[in-house]
Amino acid sequence: MSATALIAEAATAAWPTPLSQSRTVARLHSVTKRYGQVTALDNFSLELRSGEVVALLGPNGAGKTTAVRLLLGLISPDSGSVRVLGRDPRDADARTRIGAMLQVSRVPEMLRVREHIDLFSSYYPNPLPTAEVLRIAKLEGIADQMFGKLSGGQKQRALFGLAVCGNPDLVFLDEPTVGMDIESRRALWDQIRALSAGGKTVLLTTHYLEEADMLANRIVVINKGKLLCEGTPTEIKHRVSGRRIRCITQLDPDFLTTLPSVVDVHQDREAVVILAEHPEKVVREMLLRDETLHGLEISAAALEDAFLALTSDAAQAHA
Amino acid sequence: MATNAVAVSAPRPLNLGYYARIFRKETQYEFIRMLRTRAFSLSVIGFPVMFYLLFGSSNRHNMFARYLMPSYSCMGVVSACLFGIGMGIALERAQGWLELKQASPMPRFAYLAAKTISCAAFALVIVAALVTLGITLGGVTLTAVEALKLAGVVLTGSIPFTAMGLLVALLVPANAGPGVINLIYLPMSFASGFWMPVNYLPHWLQVITPALPTYHLAQLALNIFGYAQSGSMLIHWEALAGFTLLMLGAAWIIFTRGEAKA
Repeated sequence: MSATALIAEAATAAWPTPLSQSRTVARLHSVTKRYGQVTALDNFSLELRSGEVVALLGPNGAGKTTAVRLLLGLISPDSGSVRVLGRDPRDADARTRIGAMLQVSRVPEMLRVREHIDLFSSYYPNPLPTAEVLRIAKLEGIADQMFGKLSGGQKQRALFGLAVCGNPDLVFLDEPTVGMDIESRRALWDQIRALSAGGKTVLLTTHYLEEADMLANRIVVINKGKLLCEGTPTEIKHRVSGRRIRCITQLDPDFLTTLPSVVDVHQDREAVVILAEHPEKVVREMLLRDETLHGLEISAAALEDAFLALTSDAAQAHA
Repeated sequence: MATNAVAVSAPRPLNLGYYARIFRKETQYEFIRMLRTRAFSLSVIGFPVMFYLLFGSSNRHNMFARYLMPSYSCMGVVSACLFGIGMGIALERAQGWLELKQASPMPRFAYLAAKTISCAAFALVIVAALVTLGITLGGVTLTAVEALKLAGVVLTGSIPFTAMGLLVALLVPANAGPGVINLIYLPMSFASGFWMPVNYLPHWLQVITPALPTYHLAQLALNIFGYAQSGSMLIHWEALAGFTLLMLGAAWIIFTRGEAKA
């Protein structure tokens, strides 16, 4: 069996969504978008295939929101093309099959949650029943509250409700969990997983690698408007993480950097910290050569730190 | 995989009922929202009513009680449109809410129409309140036809000032909105005879007055009660129509230029 078949099998095993029917639902093709002097997206391409959850991952100002706004037809590219559901994203028919959750600072406060959902549902030809939307977005207890009275997390859930109320095939979630506490973030993750289980295509933007890892079957890492890398969460984590070895040793740091798969060596007080893809090999060598070695710890490199390292390295490389 | 292969099934045809439902709900919720926003509803309805209680009822049985009824009605519709449309859209734009609406399949026409109709409904409430106050406290006698004509003029007046509100929403940042709108609206009200007949105004002001859209609206409303300055009413209709086109044209240019830049 070929290696690619194995990978494909592994992917389908981890993600039961029908990757087999991978038709392109939306795509940005070598899109460049400038705001004055700032290039928000630089020759950026992205493809969403039917039924997949794609996370667009990057730090603030990376161009994630610009990509979403282009796909929603809210702005047009300086060059390149945007197609959504086979149409121009400004096409009204395309929009009836799209739901969106954008970063909204305030919503009209003097309408109740139920009223907002009723209104947004009316925009779609085949909406979900309001009761169903309230259930999916976990708004049942607060349906009759004015929007202005909701907490931050409740507001995000209500906006999520507005994104899904039209029963869309394609859902864009721009930083859906921003400003939420851990508990409500996890609750929203469950809801996004339920969407994907229902066969929806989802594009979400986030600056948390953990969030992308938990939700997406494909992660696209972007910084300063450019594509950095793209792959399954496992592939991305492999690229950005490695392991962190910490110990007290007499071995020379210059020697340690020559050991197989070592990415970085630095001193931390009396100990030395080594980042390596294959810590077992490194530790075996070190133990053979230094009997005084002690205080050994091996841990996963913090995902967020590693991600920051990746984006900042790339930034330096591009500079 | 073909690059243009896409998951498209034929969308269900969007029929007239679909648009009618959106239109109805958008208008219904917009009106409810405006009504519940007390800062808006109380001031827009409250000011003309309060002014009439002060100046209309104290001039019981003289011409002012009768004059102020149509003139304050005009003031009501102008403020409802400038604050309702101008402030309303400016705020929703600044908060990102308008963008979410634009990303949704909501027809843009429904958004504007809902706001216009809601403001016009407020204007009708104001007319009804002022006519009631005029009859009861002001000692004004008027026929049903006169009242209906007044309502008609005021409703028509909502169109040019909706257009102006739209332009204001596009030009003025939301946080400066109330100040800027008051700066436009209060002097215009004064100079157009909303508060007293134009011929009581300083002479230099009377020269400027015909350039103001509010003046032409006031003349049309006052004409119903015989207080218009002499001359044909046609010119006032023409002036309002021209003003509407001017405002919509300017709004369109600014909007499309902003969209091209976006």
